[in-house]
Amino acid sequence: MTADLGTDGPGFAVRTDCLTKRFGPVTAVSDLTLSVRTGARLGLLGPNGSGKSTLVRMLLGLVYPTSGTIELLGEPMPRSSRLVLPRVGALVEGPAAYRNLSGRRNLLLLDAAGPGGSRHDRGARVDATLTTVGLANVSRRRVRGYSLGMRQRLGLASALLRSPQLLLLDEPTNGLDPHGIHELHELLLKINARGTTVVLSSHLLTEVETLCSDVAVLDRGRLVVHCPIAELRQPTGHVVVHTDAVALARTLLGERVVESTGSWLRVASEDPAALNATLVAAGVPVREIAPQRRSLEETVLALTEPSEGEGPR
Amino acid sequence: MIAVEISKLLRRPRTWVSIGLLVALPTIVALFLNGTRVTPRPGRGTAFLSEVLTNGALFPAAALAIVLPVFLPIAVATIAGESIAGEAANGTLRYVLIRPVGRTRLLTAKLVALIVYVLLAVVVVAVSAYVVGYFLFGVGPVSTVSGTTDADSQISAFRTIAAILYVGWSMLGVGSVALFLSTFTESSLGASLGAIAVLIASGVLQALDAARSIQPYLPTRYWLSFIDLFREPILWRDVDRGIGLQAVYVLVFLGAAWANFTTRDITS
Repeated sequence: MTADLGTDGPGFAVRTDCLTKRFGPVTAVSDLTLSVRTGARLGLLGPNGSGKSTLVRMLLGLVYPTSGTIELLGEPMPRSSRLVLPRVGALVEGPAAYRNLSGRRNLLLLDAAGPGGSRHDRGARVDATLTTVGLANVSRRRVRGYSLGMRQRLGLASALLRSPQLLLLDEPTNGLDPHGIHELHELLLKINARGTTVVLSSHLLTEVETLCSDVAVLDRGRLVVHCPIAELRQPTGHVVVHTDAVALARTLLGERVVESTGSWLRVASEDPAALNATLVAAGVPVREIAPQRRSLEETVLALTEPSEGEGPR
Repeated sequence: MIAVEISKLLRRPRTWVSIGLLVALPTIVALFLNGTRVTPRPGRGTAFLSEVLTNGALFPAAALAIVLPVFLPIAVATIAGESIAGEAANGTLRYVLIRPVGRTRLLTAKLVALIVYVLLAVVVVAVSAYVVGYFLFGVGPVSTVSGTTDADSQISAFRTIAAILYVGWSMLGVGSVALFLSTFTESSLGASLGAIAVLIASGVLQALDAARSIQPYLPTRYWLSFIDLFREPILWRDVDRGIGLQAVYVLVFLGAAWANFTTRDITS
């Protein structure tokens, strides 16, 4: 299947320019300029209250910006929402459905509500989407009886219903079991491979680390970092060594050993290969050796402040 | 979108429970009347009740008069107050809007669904009352409030249908107030009770001679004027005023609801 990029070409799926939103005295999003390449998988990170939800709501035209501009799939928002939103699927702060109706009925009504999506293949599309998210066997049960994970899948189904070119997902794996999370990751990668841009917010940093190509970090309404994940994970200039001959290694390397815990050593070195050669030549048995990288978690924690009311000030 | 809203309305148990209750009250009244054969004296109590024992054809009008002061406005305020606030509280509002459904379009669809509900409720009450009246009291030509009897059933049918439409239109005024409040809050109950509070305040002021200067503008002022449709000849003056007054309430509150809803940040 070829990538369907629509009319916007291989440009940017999301662009904001100096986007600001104030709720009374509170500035939720401040002067935010962000561009997401078409086809990217962007992880949106930040503590609670950092402005992620407000940003997503502004992108979707639910919240109107105080100032600044938004382009989605090359069209201005919220002015062109009727044109753009049929090509966008979203999960905003948790799924929601009519509890007294079945999952299938919910999707049928939702599909009938918006423009596009012809009536003839509605049932077939809904059933196919329900199968994709693994709800086919419970689709005729009332949502009232769904588990948290099933509701989450139903929310995903509503986002995927129109084969969107852009997916904005807030905490998409919330409530899913490990199997469900794995399935969802596979699904998102598959959809992304067909050309759909994926923007997802998550508290699970490992999820962003494994799934996303880029990462954007918000802190108190400001964009503090936006870059490819690989860039954030540059080697730190330290190499971690696992050896049984700790004492020998320490004498050999002297000052270069920054830290040693049990049979693990942290050594200041830019070149693991050279270090390995030195150690082996001196008769130190090296069990494991690898350049140390900062985890995404460390990076994000260093960049952001704990959200208000949480953790020590 | 209109079809979707009507479909949601008709699939909601609340719709049918409330209509069931609306039907139940006049039916209970009819059963008591039939059992005891004691009617309110003419000119006392609910309109038409003194006549229904002799002619069940008046029972639809009596049933409307029974549910009009409290039951019907509460039912309408509940459904209308829930329309936007309920979706907001449920979280479905954001998903409907990003489908996308334009905000004006959504509000229009909610309004049409409300009109459908009001008409459905009033018609079901009238029809069920006719059936009850037919079996318990028998049906003859409608005798008017003025003491005459309709020459043919067409005139009687016209009076009843006009009464249904007039009561429905009056209820739309309540619905508009509740719909307006519904765009401000995530609490359906708050919006419904707000509208009901307006009606209670209106009722209090209507009974207060000191408030005479504002009485012609109170929302409940002309509600019972549908009784004038059962005079011979029909007394149109208050009915016309009632239609006009409700139209003002409907326009003002729907306009305000639209202005608020289309410019509001959806943070629910």
